[in-house]
Amino acid sequence: MNARFLDWGLRGYIALVFVFIFAPIVFSMIFSFNSDRFPTIPLGSFTTKWYAAIWNDPDVWKAVRTSMIVSGCTAILATMLGFATAYTDYRYNFRFKSAYLALVLLPPTIPLIIMALAMLAWFSKIGASGEVWSIILAHTVLTAPFAMAIIRLRLNQMDASIEAAAWNLGASEWRTMREVIVPYCKPAIISALCLTAAVSFDEFAIAWFVSGLNKTVPVMILEIVQGNIDPRVNALGTFVFLTSMTLVIVAQVVLMTRKGVKG
Amino acid sequence: MTALVELEGVVKRFGDFTAVERMDLTIEQGEFIAIMGPSGCGKTTTLRMLAGLEQPTSGTIRIGGEMMNDVPPHKRDTPLVWQSLALFPFLNARENVEFGLKMRGFDAATRKRKALDWLERLDIGEFAERNVDTLSGGQRQRVALARSLVTEPQLLLLDEPLSALDAHLVIRMQSVLTRLQRELGITFVYVTHSQSEAFAMADRVVIMSKGNIAQIGKPRDIYRTPANRFVAEFVGRNNILSGTVTTADAAAVQIETPVGSFTVTPEGPPPAIGQTASFVIAADLVNITETAQNTGNSLSCTLISEEFIGSMVTLFLEAADGTEFKVQVQERALGSLDLKSGNTLHLSWSADNAHLLIGETE
Repeated sequence: MNARFLDWGLRGYIALVFVFIFAPIVFSMIFSFNSDRFPTIPLGSFTTKWYAAIWNDPDVWKAVRTSMIVSGCTAILATMLGFATAYTDYRYNFRFKSAYLALVLLPPTIPLIIMALAMLAWFSKIGASGEVWSIILAHTVLTAPFAMAIIRLRLNQMDASIEAAAWNLGASEWRTMREVIVPYCKPAIISALCLTAAVSFDEFAIAWFVSGLNKTVPVMILEIVQGNIDPRVNALGTFVFLTSMTLVIVAQVVLMTRKGVKG
Repeated sequence: MTALVELEGVVKRFGDFTAVERMDLTIEQGEFIAIMGPSGCGKTTTLRMLAGLEQPTSGTIRIGGEMMNDVPPHKRDTPLVWQSLALFPFLNARENVEFGLKMRGFDAATRKRKALDWLERLDIGEFAERNVDTLSGGQRQRVALARSLVTEPQLLLLDEPLSALDAHLVIRMQSVLTRLQRELGITFVYVTHSQSEAFAMADRVVIMSKGNIAQIGKPRDIYRTPANRFVAEFVGRNNILSGTVTTADAAAVQIETPVGSFTVTPEGPPPAIGQTASFVIAADLVNITETAQNTGNSLSCTLISEEFIGSMVTLFLEAADGTEFKVQVQERALGSLDLKSGNTLHLSWSADNAHLLIGETE
């Protein structure tokens, strides 16, 4: 009797946590289809006019394009860097390795606003402020540790003899990297690509400081909100949310199914 | 016969730790050689040096007459069957077998044909397209073997390949391995800590201890005439007594031990009187009776326990001074022997069956 009560209590608790996390987003989605300008209840009629408005806004298209380029390039660069650091950690032992690893994993622990300011100062010093590639570089610094963590997890599951087995069967070290290590890590690599892309796509603080005229979508959202109350924000927010969620879910599914096969 | 593998004064150190202290070994073409020893004796390190995964600190390794010390692993033709099998989990059985051929630049059609041939030959042709994770231990073992043999090497290295299998599968795989080795006529170097595997399959067995070779010989010779106390103890089921030589000639050596004086027939030149010596008497060469036998080598002992493993029974006994004795008898030969622990039983053996170890004590 008591256990059953506890069971239901815990279920209710989990439900509340989800409501707490997702309610604002769900409301934003609902209001994105609401005809009234102000987000109030009762709702007005159903409309897609806010979606039509952002669809027809060339500034939005430009921001989406910038965001896509930034998150795509960031994902590739960060995953390559992450793979390289994860592999050095897996394969080699050297002095100051713990210092090396601490340094590699440091960026996400720095408050974003500090990092953003530092990036702005640095990029303007070297005359690279406001460029698309400066956002890409800044985002790569921020997201590479995530890629490394995911790939390192996969490498740690690898039978230590597999690499030597490939050498033993006639594969040089580079060939082994291509034929054995990378294929083995493929699920983790795909997952890292999706996650770093999602983090970069969502990231606001650094993009806002560094982007200049090359606005990304989150920066554009803030600018709309600053101006006045505009339900276009709900439509744009819904789009950003769905994009990121899709990437994160793909990342999870790829990791889980491959692990499942491995048993 | 020609020598395929020659190790000369091979030493391997890892920092302060000496894994192989000195290794001199010649392996003939077509020989099945087993390297056996307790863990940490250097047997796996020796195998890894043959595969090029470790470089000897000093000494030379030649394979087929060629100096191999600095040849990287991928430029050697020394496939290894790993203890963990080390199959590639992202490839299916056939693709695993094809790997070595792919690295050697064979075209896809040839690779596939050869891989399927080998899988068929090892009776797992039907699993060719299966993911290796879905195969049983025995099937995975066969994939690993096929993967190593598909390139038709001169030398196959095996690192405790059967240690993960069930007992009945081990026996089956042993016959698969010996049959393959005979048919292909290639050299097998088989590392194991299992005496039954080594003795069942190998032409010659190398016993290693603390980085040195303790004895090289045919399984039977190692079992019956161990070269030293370490080998005698390692092959198990042996009784070892130590003492001082009291009389000695070419026909008989008398050794005075704490539990009595015993006669041993020496195989070589007899030791000097007063020298310390030991002798080994295998557990299965000891007679056990209820009444004292007052002829030749005999001894009274107290029965401690028995170990029944089917057709054979091992009895554990203790002499007056606490020396432990093992006696192995056929279950059906036990007859009316009263096997109550604490009973006194009488052991006896022929001087010809005892094996002398000169100068070996504890």
